[in-house]
Order: sequence, then C-alpha cells, then structure tokens
Amino acid sequence: MNISALQTHPKFGQPHSIHEVECAIKSNQPVNDEYRLLILDAPSELLDCEPGQFFHLLCPLTRNQQPYLRRPMSIYGYYPDKGELHFLYKVAGEGTAAIGTLGTGDKLNVLGPLGRGFDILPDWRNLLLVARGVGLATLAPLALEARRLDRKLTAICSARSEHFLLSLDYFRNLGVNVIPLTDETATSDINNMRAIIEKLLAEDGIDAMYTCGSNRILKLLQSIGKAHDIPGQIALEQQMACGIGMCQCCVRAFRRDGDVVNERVCKEGPVFDLQEAIGC
Amino acid sequence: MLDLTTQIGSLTLKNPIMPASGTFSEDLAQVFDLGALGAHVTKTVTREKRSGNPTPRVCEVRGSMLNSIGIPSKGIEAFKAAVIPFYARYDAPLVVSISAGSTDEFATLCEEVSVPGVAAVEVNISCPNIEEDGKAFAMRPSTTEAVMRKLRDATDLPLWAKLTPNTGETTEVAKAAAETGADALVVSNTLLAMAIDIKTRRPKLGNLMGGLSGPAFKPIALRMAYQCAKSVEIPVIGCGGISSVEDVIEYLIAGCAAVQVGTATFIEPAIMVRMIDELNTYLQSQGLSSVAELVGSIEDEQASDGLIFMEAAP
Repeated sequence: MNISALQTHPKFGQPHSIHEVECAIKSNQPVNDEYRLLILDAPSELLDCEPGQFFHLLCPLTRNQQPYLRRPMSIYGYYPDKGELHFLYKVAGEGTAAIGTLGTGDKLNVLGPLGRGFDILPDWRNLLLVARGVGLATLAPLALEARRLDRKLTAICSARSEHFLLSLDYFRNLGVNVIPLTDETATSDINNMRAIIEKLLAEDGIDAMYTCGSNRILKLLQSIGKAHDIPGQIALEQQMACGIGMCQCCVRAFRRDGDVVNERVCKEGPVFDLQEAIGC
Repeated sequence: MLDLTTQIGSLTLKNPIMPASGTFSEDLAQVFDLGALGAHVTKTVTREKRSGNPTPRVCEVRGSMLNSIGIPSKGIEAFKAAVIPFYARYDAPLVVSISAGSTDEFATLCEEVSVPGVAAVEVNISCPNIEEDGKAFAMRPSTTEAVMRKLRDATDLPLWAKLTPNTGETTEVAKAAAETGADALVVSNTLLAMAIDIKTRRPKLGNLMGGLSGPAFKPIALRMAYQCAKSVEIPVIGCGGISSVEDVIEYLIAGCAAVQVGTATFIEPAIMVRMIDELNTYLQSQGLSSVAELVGSIEDEQASDGLIFMEAAP
C-alpha cells in the first residue's frame, strides 16, 4: 500500500486531513444483477471517517472505458478493526463500469474521506431511516453507528422488488427494526409509507429521520417533519469534479432563512438538513 | 544548489508552479502545505455576489472536461474579509483574480482589491462563461486595450492579463495587453466547447456551452503560450492542460517563465507539489542549475522545419 505524503498542515487547524491512497482490492463481487460490493484493504487514516461521508475514486482506464474525472462514492461500510472500506455500487456508466473490471489484488486510488457526514445528536434516541434503491448504501453505515451509540433504529427500505432490497440482513444483524416495502407487493407507495411512519410516531416516537435516494421520500419526510417538528437529514448527490470544494461544480439550491442559497454538495454536504433540501 | 526561482516582473517566485484560478481554494490546505507553491491564485472574484451558472456545471469528455461554473462569487467585501487574511499566513505571493462586465466596473474592482496582502492582480478578461456566447474583452485587441488602460490607472500592483483561446488574434491581443500596461500574460483560459447527451439530445452542461480544459487542450494552449512569448517582452505564464512535469517543462522551454496548473489538481490534489519535486530532479538530470536556463530554450530552427519534424515523429 502506497500512502502518498498528503498531510494536514497542523498549524492551520483544518477540520480533518484528506488522504490519497492506492488501496489493494480484497474483493469486487456482484451482489445481484445491478449492484456490486467493492471491499478495499484500507489504512487507518482512511477509516477515520463517519457515516454519510464519501470517497473520490480514480477509475482505471480500460480498452472500452476512459473515464477522466474521479467518481464520488458514498461509504457503505468502514471497519478499522479489519482494515476494510466497503462500497456498494451500481454499474451505471463509464466510471463504474471501469471499476467493475477490477479484481482481487488490483489497486484503486482513493481520495478521502470527504464531505460532512450524518449527525446523531445526544437526545436523538429513536432514529428512523427511510431509503430507496441505492440510497440504502449511503444510509447503511448509520445503522452501525446507531448501534455503537446504543440508539434505537427503524429502517424503512424500499425497492422495486425483494431482489433489490440489499441490506436487510445487514440491518437485522445490527438489531435494526426493518420494514421492507416493494413495488412488487404494492407496499412502497408513498401513502402506505406515510401510514407506517405515522404509526411509528404514535407508538414509540421518532427523534430524527434520515433519507437518501428518492425525491418522493424527501417530500414525505419534509411534510411529516414539519407537522411533528422532527429534525432530519438527507444525503444528496451532484456531479462533481474535485470533490474537495475548489471547483464549485457540485452546487445545489437550498431554502434557508426565506432565501435560496447554493451550497457545494462535496464540502457543505453531502449530508444536509432535511427541511432545507430542494428536490429535483 | 538548484535555483527554482523565477521572475514575473517585480515578483520573485520561489518556483514556477502555481494553481490556475478557479481550480484552487483554501480547501486545498487540507491536502498539503500551500506554502510549497510558487504563488497562490484565487478563484475569480466579482464586485457583487453572484451565484454562478445552472447545473450541471461539469461534464467529462475524452481525456478532458468541460465546465460552466459561471464565476460564483461571494462579492468583494466578503472576499476581503475572509480570503485575503487566510493567505497572509503563507509567504507565497497572493494573486487575486478579478472579473467584471464593463471597463469601469473592472477598474473599480481592481482598485478595491489593491490592498496589503495582495501581490498582483490577475485580470480575467477571458472567461468564456460570463459574456453572451462566450465573447470576452480579450477576444479583440481594441477591447483588450480599452480595459487594460483603465486597469493600469486603477492600481500600482502588477497586472497579469489572462487571455482567451477563443480569438483568432492571439498575438495581437497579447501585444495590446503588453502595450497598455500588463506586467505578465497568463496564456490561457479555457476553450469554448460543447457536449451533447445523445439519449436526451440535450447539451450536457446547464449553460449549453462551457470551457474545455485538461490534457486534450494542452497542445493548443502551448502553441498560444509560445506565440505570445515570441511576441511580447513581458513574462508569459503558461496555462492549459498541464498534468505532468513534462508538460511544465514544455511550457518553460516554449518561453513561459512560470505555469499554472488547473484541472489536473481535480484528479490528483497534490500534483503541484509532486511537479515541484520532479522539476528539481529533471534540472539535475539535465545538468542545469536553474529554471531560468530552461525558460525560452526552444530550438526554433528545428521546430520550424516541417521535414525534420516529420522524420522525428514516431
């Protein structure tokens, strides 16, 4: 493993250092028809991260794929004890297709950890996580952190079919109350989701909500959050170039203090206040 | 002892490598000690607060990228309050990039940024995103002259004019800038370009067009930098597609006294530090003792002979 000499300059008190590291691939296997799990052998500097943060991956060049820019990918799991960094990804374009060609022992250059992760404030005891599709990957590390902090977590996981519900066992093994919803069983519609959340609210209460991956879920949680005064956070995506705040390519608009402001997803995010987020 | 210093008018830089405006910010201090660089060049600031162009602001093309950021700016007051003090902790000279929509506004802004802590003003008279259809002051000698005269009167600080590749009059514009008071030229900004999504049939950038940067643009920018260095007496700072020390060396040989590195930093954030080390190694390997020996050392006769060039090609 070759750790480049990227160091935070201590006297300037930057929040945390960003590292560029060539990591060896432990495995890169399909988990279903659409998603693959990439496991990297990572040094402790990279694993000093938080749920919701991301890494910027330098995709390899292949005969068919010539990606130029890095690809941002949210953390699916980080395990300092095992020295592992996990990414769950869908092969969607040139960059992810190139990453898909890598095998065990190959090297992948990663930059990170980047961005601002999720908060779990001390008085947030009952947590609700609602995700659709690949949004589950971004929210998965929250479950691990919730267990570490001894918080109660319910995960409403929505997907087209049972086949695409990726992290159910992962969540269950962490003691999460999992509620799977699918289009196939006609349970994933927004009205049913609202009824389920209202029931959870009435039974145990919800102190904070987290989401990623769906505009409709964002709007639903904003509505519930406003009605019941429940805080929440959302992880957002945007095309980006540098990943560390310099280029300002990845801005999105947010409602704040009666105004609309642009924020960089890579730097001020990717995790933002639920009520400030504006859907696409 | 190798001498990496280079002279840009009255400014002595400890090495010839600095960031290109728009691809550098205080955020990079999380990655390496910014004090290693020859100079610091800020993102372009405008007088008023600006939000920039609609998204998507970036797309990838083979070997390069397009951007249409649109100069988002916190405005000059916020800039002076936060950005200039941040760079005061480093000894590398601070170069502030400015842009405006009219000559008068340009001059006023130039005056406003001419404050202690600022070593030079880079005047972005070239950005393809701010004027309609990418037109900019530096597309014509007459508009270059008009704005540079006003800017020269507005400050005693060194003025670096950043030129555009979107002109057919490269050397005329370069001469116009030099004759009206520029202390150095930055050659160049990005090349106006476009990409279309064939599935949606929509342009890939929210602003329809944007600036091409990265390795695919380098031969064009290098040619321009060479032409400008031949045409003017003031220093030329090469900028465009530099992504390796070999690229840096090419620009220096072509006649540039320094270079700016932009898009490559997005791929490898600490690339400028690596380039400084590798430039040292290159000078040693060539038996050179200073960067100055390299600057403008191009053998023109050979390059101008088409037959020799063709025979030399692989």
